[in-house]
Formats: sequence, C-alpha cells, structure tokens
Amino acid sequence: MSANTVQNGKRNVLRVENVTMQFGGVIAVNNLSLEVNEGEIVALIGPNGAGKTTTFNCITGVYEPTNGEISFYDQVIVRNHPTGKMKKLYAGENKDLYTRAALRSPEKGAHGDGKRRSVKVLRPTPDQITKLGIARTFQNIRLFKSMTVFENVLIAKHVRARQNIFTATFRLNYQEEKRAREECLALLEEQGLLPMKDDLATSLPYGLQRRLEISRALATNPKLLLLDEPAAGMNPQETQELADFIVHIKNKYNLTVLLIEHHMDLVMRISDRIYVQDFGKLIAHGTPAEVQNNQRVIDAYLGVVEDA
Amino acid sequence: MDKLQKRKKLIITAAALAALFIILWVLEQILPANAMLFVVLKKGAIYALVAVSMNLLNGFTGLFSLGQAGFMLIGAYTYAIFTIPLEYHDSVYQYFNGGIIKFTVPVFAALIMAGAAAAIFAYLIGLPVLRLKSDYLAIATLGFAEIIRAFFQWDALGPVTNGSNLLRQYPSFTSVLFPFAVAGVCILLIVLLINSSYGRAFKAIRDDEIAAEAMGINLAKHKQLSFTISSFFAGVGGALLAMYQTTVQANAFKSAMTYEILLIVVIGGLGSVSGSVLSSFLFIAASEWWLRFLDADTYIGAFKVPLLASGFRKVVFSVIIMIVVLFYRNGIMGDKELSAETFGGIRRFLRKRLGRRKEEVTK
Amino acid sequence: MEFISSNLQYILTGISVGGQYALIAIGYTMVYGILRLINFAHGDIFMAAGFMMVYLSATLPMYIALPLVVLITVLLGFVVERVAYKPLRNAPRMSIMISAIGVSYFLQNLAWYVTSGLAKQYPAIPWISDSISIGPATTKIVTVITPLLTIVLVTALVLLIKHTKIGMAMRAVSRDFETSQCMGIKINFVISITFIIGSFLAAVGSLLYFSNYPTVTPISGAMPGLKAFVAAVFGGIGSIPGAVVGAFIIGICENIIKGLGWTTFSDAFTFALLIIILVAKPTGLFGEKMTDKV
Repeated sequence: MSANTVQNGKRNVLRVENVTMQFGGVIAVNNLSLEVNEGEIVALIGPNGAGKTTTFNCITGVYEPTNGEISFYDQVIVRNHPTGKMKKLYAGENKDLYTRAALRSPEKGAHGDGKRRSVKVLRPTPDQITKLGIARTFQNIRLFKSMTVFENVLIAKHVRARQNIFTATFRLNYQEEKRAREECLALLEEQGLLPMKDDLATSLPYGLQRRLEISRALATNPKLLLLDEPAAGMNPQETQELADFIVHIKNKYNLTVLLIEHHMDLVMRISDRIYVQDFGKLIAHGTPAEVQNNQRVIDAYLGVVEDA
Repeated sequence: MDKLQKRKKLIITAAALAALFIILWVLEQILPANAMLFVVLKKGAIYALVAVSMNLLNGFTGLFSLGQAGFMLIGAYTYAIFTIPLEYHDSVYQYFNGGIIKFTVPVFAALIMAGAAAAIFAYLIGLPVLRLKSDYLAIATLGFAEIIRAFFQWDALGPVTNGSNLLRQYPSFTSVLFPFAVAGVCILLIVLLINSSYGRAFKAIRDDEIAAEAMGINLAKHKQLSFTISSFFAGVGGALLAMYQTTVQANAFKSAMTYEILLIVVIGGLGSVSGSVLSSFLFIAASEWWLRFLDADTYIGAFKVPLLASGFRKVVFSVIIMIVVLFYRNGIMGDKELSAETFGGIRRFLRKRLGRRKEEVTK
Repeated sequence: MEFISSNLQYILTGISVGGQYALIAIGYTMVYGILRLINFAHGDIFMAAGFMMVYLSATLPMYIALPLVVLITVLLGFVVERVAYKPLRNAPRMSIMISAIGVSYFLQNLAWYVTSGLAKQYPAIPWISDSISIGPATTKIVTVITPLLTIVLVTALVLLIKHTKIGMAMRAVSRDFETSQCMGIKINFVISITFIIGSFLAAVGSLLYFSNYPTVTPISGAMPGLKAFVAAVFGGIGSIPGAVVGAFIIGICENIIKGLGWTTFSDAFTFALLIIILVAKPTGLFGEKMTDKV
C-alpha cells in the first residue's frame, strides 16, 4: 500500500490506509485507503450513508478509527488497531496489520520494508489535528451562534497566538491580539464578509453562513482543507459560484482540498480525482471521466436491476 | 475613533465605580451600622462574586456544574483555619486540644489561600468529571460538593477543621467597603478574562464543542481552566461569606446553597456578568428585606391579614422565581451587559413610549 | 457468616431502605428516559407525601388517609409537570432542569411555611409499624414488607411497560421523542402518565420510608431523592431493573457503612459511588450507549 512520497512531482499530503470504523456491529468505513497530493482537489462521493462523513471524522480526530493508519505529509498522525471489546467484535479486514507486533516485524506489517518505525497507537484529539494544519467544515453548518461574524473567525487565531491565560487576562498579549484581529479583518475583506462583520453569525443568509464557515477554517492557516458537502442546499447558480470560490481559495492559499459533495456538476468540474465510497467501501477511483463511466458507480447510485 | 470611544467608556466606568465607593462611604457615615441596607449590600456583594464565578462556568463555558457550595466551603474553612488568632485556639478547638495549626496568616493572604485551596480541589476533581456531559456533570459536581461537606465534618480531621463544630473568632469585616472592594476586584478580573482571547474560546465551547475543537481549541484544557478559575473565585467568595457570618460550619454549605446561586445566575441571565451582579442584590434584597413584611403577622384593625406568617416570604419568593424561570427564561439581562448604551437605550425607549402617549393625547 | 449475623440489623435495614430508594428511583429513571431531565423536584414530592400523611391522618381515619395521600401525591406530580415542565418542552435542556430546581425550592419553602419549620411527628401506621424479630434482630414489619412490595410493584410496572399499549408508547417516546410524535403518539399524555406512575411509586415509597423515622421535615426529601437518583444512574439511567438493583446496592452498602461506624461518610459514599460509575462506565450497569451525531 505504501506509495511513493512524490507523485508526478507533487508531495503527498494525506494518506489514509486501511481505515476501518466500526460502531458496535456496524462497519461505517470499511478498509478505506485514499491519497491526496499537494495542490489537488480530490472529491469523495457516494450515496447517502456510504460513510463519507465518518471518514472525515476519522481524519479529523472526532472519531478514533477502529483500525488503520492516517498520515499527513508522510508523518503518521492517526494509528489504531482493534483493542478491548473490539478485539472480538471486529469484523473488518487487516485486523493484525497495525498491532505493535506487526509493525515491528519486517514481513507482516503494513510497511513491509523492514525499516524501524514508531509503533505507537496514535489517537489525536481534533484540536491537535487542526494545529497540524488540517481544517474542516461541517455538513450541517456549525457556527458559534452567539458570536459575531468577526468573532467566529477570530476564534481560529486563539491557539496560534503566543499567550497564556495571565498575559491574555492582563492584556500583555495586545500585540498578538492586534495581529490576529488584523489578519481576520483582511480575511473577511477578501471573502467579502467585511460589511457584516459585526452581525450575529446565525443572522447571515444560508450561502454566506457556508462561506463564513469556510473562512473560519481558512483562518486556522491550514495546508489541507476538508469540505463536507459545501454546496448542500444551494441552487445551481450558487453552486457554480462556490466551485469558482473553492478553486480560487485553493490557489490563493496554496491549499490542498478534499471534499464530500453530492452536486455532481461541481464535483466533475473542479476535482482532479474522485474516490467513490459505498457501504463504507471504496468502489471506484479515478479522474472524473473514468468515474463517470464506471459501471459499479452507476449501480451504486442508480441501483441494480435484479434478474427475475 | 474606536480607541477614543474605548477610552471614554473606560473613564466613565472608572468614574462610576469611584462614585459608588464614595456613596457607600457617605452612607456608612450617616446611616446606623445595623441598617438593613448594609446587610443587603454586604451579602449582595458576596453573592455577586459567587454568582459571577458560577456564571463564568455555566453561562460562559456552558459547563453545568453544581459544585459551587463545595468550593465555597473549602474557601470559607481555609480562610477561617488560617486566621483564627492563636490565643483563641484553645476555646475554638476545645474538643481537639487547640488544634494542630499553630500559626496564622494575614487576612489578604488567607483570602488568596482560600481561593487557591478551592482551585486545587477543583483541578483534581476536574480531571475525571469534566469529561462528562451536561446533566451528568451537574450531578457529579453536586456529588463532590456533598463529599467535601462530609469530609470537613469528619472527626479525624477535627484538629484542623474542628469536626462538626463551629469555627469562630477569626478576623471579620465591619465596613461594607471591604466586601465591595474584594468582590469588585475579583469580578473585574473575571470580566477581563471573559473579554480576552480565552473568554472567546470559552464561549466557543459553550456554543459548539465540536466546532470549537475543529478550531484548534483544546477542550480538556480550556474546560479545566474555566472550572479551576471559577472555583478559585467561589473559594474567595466562601471566605468572604465566612467573614460576614463571623462563624462557619460545614453543614451550612448544602446543595440548597448552590441552587440558590444558580437561580440568581439564571434570573440575572446566563452569560451576563452585570446581570448576575444585579440579580444578586435584588435576590438578597427581596429575600432579606423587601419581602420581610410577608413573614410578620399583620393586623389591620382587628382583622388579621390572612396567609402572612413566618415562611410566607420564601413561598412568594419562590413563586416569583418560578415565574422568571418559566416566562422570562433569558433573565434580566439575557446575555447582554449593562453599559452606558443600556441606559441610553432605556432613555430612548422611554422617550418613544412617552412620545407616543403625547401623540395619542393630542389626537 | 459471622459478619452477616453481627450486622443483620444493618443488612435488613439496608434491604428495606434499598426498596424505598428503588420506588423513588423509578420515578427518576422513567422521567429521565423520556424527557432527559433530572427531576430535582421528585425528592420533594416524596417529602410532600410525607407531610400529607401527617396532616391527613390527624383528622381522617387511616383507611381514608392512606389512599388519599397517594391520590394527592399523584395529582401533585401531574400538576408539577403540567405547570413547570410542559411550557419548556422546546427549551434547552438546561432551562427545564433549572425549572425543576425551582420547583424543588418552591416545595421546600411551601412545606416550611405550612409547618412553620418544625419537624412533624410521623404517624404510626397500624400493622406495618409493629415490631417483629428475625433471628437476633428486632425490626418493624415495614422492613420486611418493603422489599416484597417493591418487587411486586416493579414487576407490575415492567409488565405494564412490556405488554400494554401505553407501555409501548412510553418505550417509543423514550427511544425517539420526535419520531413518536410523528407517529401519532400523544406525547403529553404519555409524559403525564410517566409522572403519575413516578409519583404513585414515590408516595408508596414515602409511606414505607417515613414509617422508619420519627419525623418529617421540609428537607427530608432532598437526601433520599438524590440517593435514589444516584441509584438510577448506577443502574443505568432509563432502565427500570437497573434502578431497582442500584437502589438495593446503595441501600445495603450505606447501612453496612453505618454499621461499621462511619456514619459521617454514609452519604458521601453514595456520591463517591456515583462518581466512580460516571467516570468508569457512564451508562451504568444496564444502560444503553448513546452517541452524538456529528
């Protein structure tokens, strides 16, 4: 599974390997592997309930995957193998691939090259993932509802600032604070949200709330941006604009983008590559053109006619 | 422009506070020391501090904790234990051979120690319980408060805590300026914190934990911070309460006390510091002073006014509270703060109302 | 064996108190199962039942007073729900919990007003207050019948929930509030029934509980209420058998601790147990796991 670090001259940003997420007896994500390279826009599509958002939650630390490994810029950030009750319950594949013993042994392990690596189980919390440089938006918009547009963005700067609770309380961090405010104002200006900066975030129209959520994610200075159905509830016109917007911010901030989306025109237009997930499993992968003509994808979306 | 306005606001606030202290000082010179007003002001200031500290946790961080009485107890005891003058030890600790603490510390040091002791306990308690969600957290903190209460009454700790007996003879205050100054400084610190970057992080956690985490905010660390700081000030508040009462006993710090503070916070508005302060004074004034007449048997001529009897005040009072809880769920202030603009707003509102009246009259 | 015989008195009391806690705990667990509300006022309804008995038995013969106490308590539970909780159905969970605390505050103050803050002597109920000796221990009959009565009532309740239409509605509502509303279940009716059952059991529990104590005070309900709630959490909130098992365990442990001479810590022990359970296994002994959707 181990791929070259550099593909077509691009660095590998995100590598998900054999990730399985099992809740009780339900396998939401089944042995999923995918890669995203620097500067790409990659889409993850699939019917409802295919496990796309769960995959995002595994990458961002909201869930601890039951099994598998996730790397960011070639550094392992998440790694787990079935433990405790899951040892018995686990019904996915590659059960023993990421145990300590397997990672130590040169033949059996996930990286069969015999090199010595850390064998630790890694279960970071979402904030640690964000600090590494992965930002996300949510399927159902999650803005801070009692805060203004400006404050929503400003929150992202909290962890980046050099300060502690004493310097913050006694305003000894005023330089940091000033810089954070200026950065946020610049970002809002750039996103066209400056005129409503003092409005309550939830008072914005739906489309702008989506945009604010993306702006907020950008304010954490990410390298990789995960967008969970950014066009949900938008009309074709708005979807069009959003597509341009995503490409624009990608270029402007040197981002890599992984997105979940149901609007196929958006997906087909802006993605470099597409992964298709169904019932937790990856069923297809390729360029937009390849995926469009893949029979399994068509079956997954439209259903299969059973022979009588 | 913005800066100028900020400075202007600051000056107005400082002037208002200075005026308040001068008025209090003048009042103390002209009114008798046992006037009901001073009881209300003293107790109100103390409750204001405790309510604001609870609001920091419940209103601003969204952590529904019911441990306040426990932390106040720790503060009250820490203060009392370390300030009882040595010459009184034999009479206070009469069942425990004069106790084992053989030194005292100055009042201000003891106040800080009171806060610190509560904060340390809170930190330790927070490690396991802050992972719990909403009502589970509430019941766990309530449980800890009860455990603390039992612990301080334990005979084996008698040489320090005097078991289930009273602690007394420690330094107290007479002037209303003292609780106002201490509570004022503490509340000011809390306000500074709330308006800082950390305060914003707390509010983010309250609004949406998952989104806050996605913004890089370490939930465990920030909840722990809020919990510990809130408890620090509850501890200081407990110490002030001990000073006010001149005696202290663990049995008084029941969960009913926490409920009372919670109701104050709710009436003032979850997420409003000035609301908590305002409602503390209203709460204390109503329960200790204004509704007193309801407790006295009253005769108009030969006719005895029905219902009025000892305890009726509290019944009426709890009905008022229920009305607030049910029909004015956001409390007095909602999550807004009292400021110069509020007064401006009230003026505009009144003018509009009165203006309309005039129009109606002219019609 | 020697431990048991020397502590028989405490164990018997423990089982009895456990049964009484169980009757209160069911009210908590059922309400929590449906409304996700810790009904802080439940302990005070239990206390109110105690006072009603004091006042009613003073003027009425026992055979009228007993059913009347139960009836009025049920009515009180019903009214509290309608007045204090129903208007907040769509409010945040914290508001309704605060309302519960408000009701508790009100009931305690009302009781204080009515009694002028004096502890009232609880009447001796014929037969169940009589003494009986079991082996070396002497106790009241109530100690023996409490666990039996508890088991009978709980069995009846479980049957009701499993096999009747209203029971099915209750299960549906506790599983998914909104969906069951869409399926045409009259939510308010189901909730009222839940409170009625809870208050009924609390009234019975109150009759049994206070028969063991000389007096009732306005704060008599607070501690047993909290302990019963702990029992409900311990057993897994929402689960009726869980609440019963939890209540018996807490009742027995608490009395053994008293027997060992640690009376100061008998209350604290309950809460320590609560915290250990919450931290180690928040779903309790029989509870189901719930996950938040992101």
